[in-house]
Amino acid sequence: MMTTAYSKGISRRGWLRWTVILSAAAALPGRVWGAVARPEAAFGATALDEALAALGDVPQVHEGIQFMTPDIAENGAVVPIRIEVDSGALPNVSKVSVLVEMNPNPLAASFDIPPGTEVYIETRVKVAQTCTLYAVVEADGQLYMQSRETKVTLGGCGG
Amino acid sequence: MHRREFHKLLGLGAAAGLSLPSLLRAQTHNSDAYHLPRFGNVHLMHMTDVHAQLLPVHYREPSVNIGVHEARNRPPHLVGEALLNHFDISPGSQAAHALSHLDYEAAAEQFGRAGGFAHIATLIKRLRADRPGALLLDGGDLWQGSATALWTQGQDMVEASKLLGVDVMTGHWEFTLGADRVMEIVDQDLDGHIDFVAHNVKDMDFGDPVFASHTLREINGVPVAIIGQAFPYTPIANPAHFTTGWTFGIQERELQEKVDEVRAAGAQVVVLLSHNGADTDIKLASRVTGIDAILGGHTHDAIPRALQIKNAGGMTLVTNAGSNGKFLGVLDFDVRDGRLRDWSYRLLPVFAELLPADPAMSDLIARIRAPFAEQLAEPLAMTDDLLYRRGNFNGSVDQLICEALMDELDAPIALSPGFRWGTTLLPGTAITMEDLMAQVAITYPAVTLTEMSGAFLKRVLEDVADNLFHPDPYYQQGGDMVRAGGLQYVISPLAQAGSRISELTLNGKPIDENKTYKVAGWASVQQLEGEPIWDVVARWLKAQGRVRGVRPNQPEVMGLQNNQGIV
Repeated sequence: MMTTAYSKGISRRGWLRWTVILSAAAALPGRVWGAVARPEAAFGATALDEALAALGDVPQVHEGIQFMTPDIAENGAVVPIRIEVDSGALPNVSKVSVLVEMNPNPLAASFDIPPGTEVYIETRVKVAQTCTLYAVVEADGQLYMQSRETKVTLGGCGG
Repeated sequence: MHRREFHKLLGLGAAAGLSLPSLLRAQTHNSDAYHLPRFGNVHLMHMTDVHAQLLPVHYREPSVNIGVHEARNRPPHLVGEALLNHFDISPGSQAAHALSHLDYEAAAEQFGRAGGFAHIATLIKRLRADRPGALLLDGGDLWQGSATALWTQGQDMVEASKLLGVDVMTGHWEFTLGADRVMEIVDQDLDGHIDFVAHNVKDMDFGDPVFASHTLREINGVPVAIIGQAFPYTPIANPAHFTTGWTFGIQERELQEKVDEVRAAGAQVVVLLSHNGADTDIKLASRVTGIDAILGGHTHDAIPRALQIKNAGGMTLVTNAGSNGKFLGVLDFDVRDGRLRDWSYRLLPVFAELLPADPAMSDLIARIRAPFAEQLAEPLAMTDDLLYRRGNFNGSVDQLICEALMDELDAPIALSPGFRWGTTLLPGTAITMEDLMAQVAITYPAVTLTEMSGAFLKRVLEDVADNLFHPDPYYQQGGDMVRAGGLQYVISPLAQAGSRISELTLNGKPIDENKTYKVAGWASVQQLEGEPIWDVVARWLKAQGRVRGVRPNQPEVMGLQNNQGIV
């Protein structure tokens, strides 16, 4: 049996460009979404402890959270991360936050989760230097987390 | 005859300008080593990290290959006598020469060069004759490392590996030819001949696969899946602009899904053709289930036996087949009634003198080289010293490159990358342009002159040291320590990241972290303009005329007790 070759021809990127233009034309007047409460104190915090305190309690490690980050970042400016929460193991999630320990402002993103939502988040964050990243999940008023180290290197010299 | 006496005899012979008596060679060679009776019914041959060496070479294995934490004193982090003891190999034997640096010059004279595609071709034909259906797998770093590979953009190696009969391959340095060239080769040259597999190279935006993840082949009625694992840190260790839009990584979870998928599709044997590096493969084997063997490369470790790594699903074999065409791994599985019953692994050193050149391959190599004959043969200097690179710290070749950079660019400090490829030259030979290119043939060769603060210099050394000595192999990149010219330092491999380097000095004076220093270098991962490194070093070598008394600048290594990865 031979392998499959994957065409790099018409990409989803090209298709996306069109959909972006179309949806921009149909966009609703904005600012509605901005009204959702932004945790200003947490975003303004300049140290990890401070940011966590602003989010609430000290989070407990929870195996129901899957947190994926690269071991070594290909580009510290855009580090892809993924958070999944198993709703069976950890129900009633209301908020998911991402913290990058050594960034000037550790809180990188915060997501409000509507009731009944299966949590699957993919986004990209800046990581200024090698440090631990935290996925912090609020459920039933309690904080839970998973963490991973991501290395940011100068590169080169490999092989 | 005692090894010491023999050594002495060699020394006298060399002093008198005599070559070794051929009788002596015949006594010490054993051509039966290449008769390997068939075992089982699934046969895989594996080579890796050939680095475009079409002709036989000398390649000195490291005398410093430090393992830290879990990797301490465990293969592949055993050198010299510790390595021979661990694998029960007689000192002075062919195998001892192939696997270690011991008595390097004398043994290299005695046993001759290793590898070479014409000789590997003969070996592969012999093995195939006894092993119907055998597949030849290449673990990557096949298309880079020589003048002709660079000058033909890998075409020479593509032609040679097709003639050799490579069935499946994955990649690393291949990608430094640029994404377009790689896709051109894969689509036009390899199509229908060689499956280029890499489950862990994806489109950055949507995660679409760039290459086929695996191939499913039937060997004597047994379905066998070969999954490809390209070097996970390609866009970090090499310039990212060569692979714009592609993302790599170890992708352990995706690998587990792929293994489960091919098992569900009926694969009775699952093999990972990996360019992770030995320590990463050992960790991966302990965490992913359902893989029968990881045939590994990247770190250039020649491990004479398969390592058996336990995991939740049973056991996975991990092998690593050295580099430069010096070795061919042969893995046989006995599979009956859908079940893997037994296995056998041999790592065969390829001694060119014991394997006659295959005529068709010799012809192809001659045709490849003919247009470049004059450039390749250009003499640059003579060497009285053994010139080699491999090892965690400066080899003598790196020392020459650093000295050339410092002299030619008028800088007190030079940094040169810790590549693990680069062949070895024996004392008393001419250094040709081809020999130099075997050390520097890359697609980003510009030399650079940079102003660096003392603090940044330390950061550079710390950064590379962490890539080599991080306690978790998933955070290592698999190169050796950056080579330093002018700079002296102390390194503590077991210290925390950021605190491994101390006592940085230049000409006996401490480096001031606030002062600025001129640093010459090459192979920057940034896109920079500059004279190619080969022109700079060639000019310097010609001016020298003769190389002698090269002393590799070694850091002082602290904090290692009874570590068998350093002599």
